[in-house]
Amino acid sequence: MSLLTSGVNPHLADLSNKCIWSATGVYALAMFAHMFEWTFGSKGAVARRSVEQASLAEAAAEAALPVPGKAKKVTVTVAAADGGTTTLTRTALAGAGATVVTSGRGEAAVDGPGAAGTSERADLFGRIAVSLTVLGFMLNAGGVLLRGLSVLRWPWGNMYEFSCAFAVTMVGAYLVLLALGKPVRWLGLPAVLAACLTLGMATSVLYTDSEQLVPALHSYWLAIHVTAAIICGGAFYAAFATTALYLGRESYDKRKAAGLAGGPFRIPASVFERLPATATLDKLSYRINAMVFPLWTFTIIAGAIWAEAAWGKYWEWDPKETWSFITWVVYAAYLHARATAGWKGRKAGYLALLAFACFLFNYYGVNIFVTGKHSYAGVG
Amino acid sequence: MSDTDLRAQGSEDAERLSSAPVDSDGPTGIGVAGWLRWTWRQLTSMRVALILLFMLSLAAIPGSLIPQTSQNAFKVQTWKAAHQGITPLYEKLQLFDVYSSVWFSAIYILLFISLAGCIVPRTWQFVGVLRAAPPAAPANLTRMPVYAAWRTSADPQAAVAAAERLLKARRFRAHRGGTAVAAEKGYLREVGNLLFHLSLFALLAGFAWASLASGQGGKLVVEGGGYTNTMTQLDDFSGSAFYQASDLDPFGFKLDGFTDKYQTTGDQIGSAREFTAHIRYWNGADPSKLTAGEIQVNHPLEIGGSKVFLIGHGYAPVITVKDASGKVVYHDAVPFLPQDSNLTSTGVVKVGDYGQKDGQKVQLGFQGFFLPTAPANFGVNTGPRSLFPGDADPALVLTAYAGDLGTDAGSPQNVYQLNLSHLTQLQQDGQIAKVKLKPGEGWTLPDNYGSISFDGYKKWATFSVSHRPGNSVALAGAVLAILGLVGSLFVQRRRIWVRAVTTPDGRTLVELAGLARSESAKIAEELAELAVDLQDDAPALDEDEPAGADEAAGDEDDEAADEAVGEAVHETAGPAVPEPADPGSDPADNPKE
Ligand code: HEM
Repeated sequence: MSLLTSGVNPHLADLSNKCIWSATGVYALAMFAHMFEWTFGSKGAVARRSVEQASLAEAAAEAALPVPGKAKKVTVTVAAADGGTTTLTRTALAGAGATVVTSGRGEAAVDGPGAAGTSERADLFGRIAVSLTVLGFMLNAGGVLLRGLSVLRWPWGNMYEFSCAFAVTMVGAYLVLLALGKPVRWLGLPAVLAACLTLGMATSVLYTDSEQLVPALHSYWLAIHVTAAIICGGAFYAAFATTALYLGRESYDKRKAAGLAGGPFRIPASVFERLPATATLDKLSYRINAMVFPLWTFTIIAGAIWAEAAWGKYWEWDPKETWSFITWVVYAAYLHARATAGWKGRKAGYLALLAFACFLFNYYGVNIFVTGKHSYAGVG
Repeated sequence: MSDTDLRAQGSEDAERLSSAPVDSDGPTGIGVAGWLRWTWRQLTSMRVALILLFMLSLAAIPGSLIPQTSQNAFKVQTWKAAHQGITPLYEKLQLFDVYSSVWFSAIYILLFISLAGCIVPRTWQFVGVLRAAPPAAPANLTRMPVYAAWRTSADPQAAVAAAERLLKARRFRAHRGGTAVAAEKGYLREVGNLLFHLSLFALLAGFAWASLASGQGGKLVVEGGGYTNTMTQLDDFSGSAFYQASDLDPFGFKLDGFTDKYQTTGDQIGSAREFTAHIRYWNGADPSKLTAGEIQVNHPLEIGGSKVFLIGHGYAPVITVKDASGKVVYHDAVPFLPQDSNLTSTGVVKVGDYGQKDGQKVQLGFQGFFLPTAPANFGVNTGPRSLFPGDADPALVLTAYAGDLGTDAGSPQNVYQLNLSHLTQLQQDGQIAKVKLKPGEGWTLPDNYGSISFDGYKKWATFSVSHRPGNSVALAGAVLAILGLVGSLFVQRRRIWVRAVTTPDGRTLVELAGLARSESAKIAEELAELAVDLQDDAPALDEDEPAGADEAAGDEDDEAADEAVGEAVHETAGPAVPEPADPGSDPADNPKE
């Protein structure tokens, strides 16, 4: 009998499990902190950052600048998405060579103030939530890394490992946006909520011990194809959450214009008031989706190349391939919708939600309910 | 059509920085030709492309839920047997062959016709755009989405020349006409978009080539055995229009050994960890020039124009049958087929040349199980089941039949099944004769039929030999598609106009305006940077009120503004639609709502 030395470092595997468990807990705490943030935030007065405020801020910033003397100053009028105009001012100090931006981007600043509203207590909870999210992210990423080290291979060979990595990219996508200085703390609750659910599901239902891979997965395409798929998953989720909020905010705005009280689905108005403006949400979700779409295309193509090496045909309409294709086509339809009169806005938003639903089904649904050739499912 | 519709459409044109087709609402012209033209325009419109894309995704779903003949014919048979009521309807709807069905094909063919009808004119139009100068500055620049202006004492010509130099330094295509410069950048967006859509055709061509000129065959080889790539040796073969049995690439190989390793501990016990076929192969007509090679899952071996893939594996017990006189009448390694993941395998032994018994011609048949890791006892209901896929404790379980195998009738028989119609099962002590053998053990058959011995076992592997051209075309298409997408989605196409005119008070008014795809906020910053740079050559005069602000706010220039938009639009699109100027709330500035 040919015995294989197991090739697993049990200590690292154990440590990885502990990291993932802790990450789940920390994400849960972050989730509660965000809930407090949203709750307390509703008590403070909900102030919208208005155009007037923005220009006040500009004036203040300008006043703080050294007296221009021979400075060059230009003010650009920008037509904003909601029909108004904003201005963007640039000043260059003579001889200094550098230009100084005194106002932000030329976008109408009618975004809500964020989850915390104007309440300081809520803001504190928000900051705690972000810190906890960062901690959870590190534990989560550490868990994935240790799992990989325990078997010295890429740690995404089955659904448990895939889910853990998926949570990393979901939270990662949100933290990257934060780190880029985008005001996206409102995305925190959806992000940690999904991470909690994903990790909870992973540790309870999908768990498998850390082991080497089946021969079908012995390929460097695992590293390329699956890594790309995981990154796509995280980013698609961020876009999905943004689109959903866009649709909510959009119907809230419509209700408000029609004189109705409260938001859709009986969600209090103050929640929507604190979200960014529809135009901002819409733009952000489009940008994320558009950024990820080429990567998703690449993921499918890398999968096809792998299939060619593994099964002899690059495309066989295996259920996994089929659903990746469906997902891809619906995202393509979404991008088309954005460029088609009469399909922008809400309808395109629905397409984006549908596309993400296809992505999710491809991951959970196909692995669990449909039998195909993809052998990494490893459920049960 | 209401006033707002008109305005929306006009603004749509003003924002045109892409050659996307514009949807038309009703038939234009008269009679059949008009309707044909209308139909064609509809088919090649964005709206229909969108709907077709949506239909394509819907149409792909059933094939992922219902078994497909092309993937697993056996599963289709089982499914049909289990759902006899609905099967005829499903067959009529081609639901077992979704991806080659009439309706699925119709959708993607329509989509590709639509694509061709969309892409070809767009390509020509874009070539025209590239050959012409960027569209001249509209008369009223204040109507553009981003705008800046100041007064200077510099000479208008000098200011415009400086602007042209700066724009060119920023790699804009700039063109000076009179007192204005028109500049455009980001053509790669359109190039990328066209490239992406065109490469979809390359993908399709690759697919088509592959399905017309590829062939695939399967072969089971036992350790120590060999294979020559000819029709007679293949277990099965499926060719296509341009690749038939006679086109098989000449090569062959010998299977020297097969390695399989499995997980022995933990919750994944029995999971496969390694499969490797060790072979020596030849390419061409000369089978004596052998090269050593390995084939693993994921690592096929390319020989000549074919690739050899490792598909499956199993065990082949080596069996010797002797007649009552002790003469060997059968000796072979018999491949048994795995039934479960622990490689419980079933197979049959057909002894066709047993000879005579009691003066009559007799044949023997054996039916059995091979268990690589046999349990001490078999369950009553489950029958023989292996505990582990590796050969930790192999055993062979046999029952025996005598009579007529039916092999002499001439009709081909399944080598893995006994035709029991003329066979009688041997009995012992009033019960079915049955034995469990370890390697090296033998069994003396009842009724003086002689003996059978289980000498040992070999492993076997199945290979798929596949010849598939067109992969490189599809791959090239795919790579170009990604490159095109990146260009199309990450590059911004935008226009900047700079105009300098002498105002009645003798000074110079410098105006800058920009237009970009609505998704970008960068144009404002780009314009600001350009303006700051331009102030080196055209320094702003100290004024409390920036010049041009009054124009920006004023509506007095309605007629001129409309003309200006018309001009700007005319470069890329059809006639301009007159629209009232109202810079503040005009949907022109607000294409997304
Ligand atoms: C075969 C199926 C098709 C697929 C998978 C597909 C996919 C895509 C994708 C992913 C984009 C986004 C890239 C971008 O925004 O620049 C896009 C844009 C575009 N597609 Fe397609 N497309 C298909 C068919 C068509 C057809 C039939 C037409 C013509 C009616 C068309 C016209 C366009 C246009 C004009 C754009 C650019 C929109 C813009 O300017 O933003 N496509 N397509």
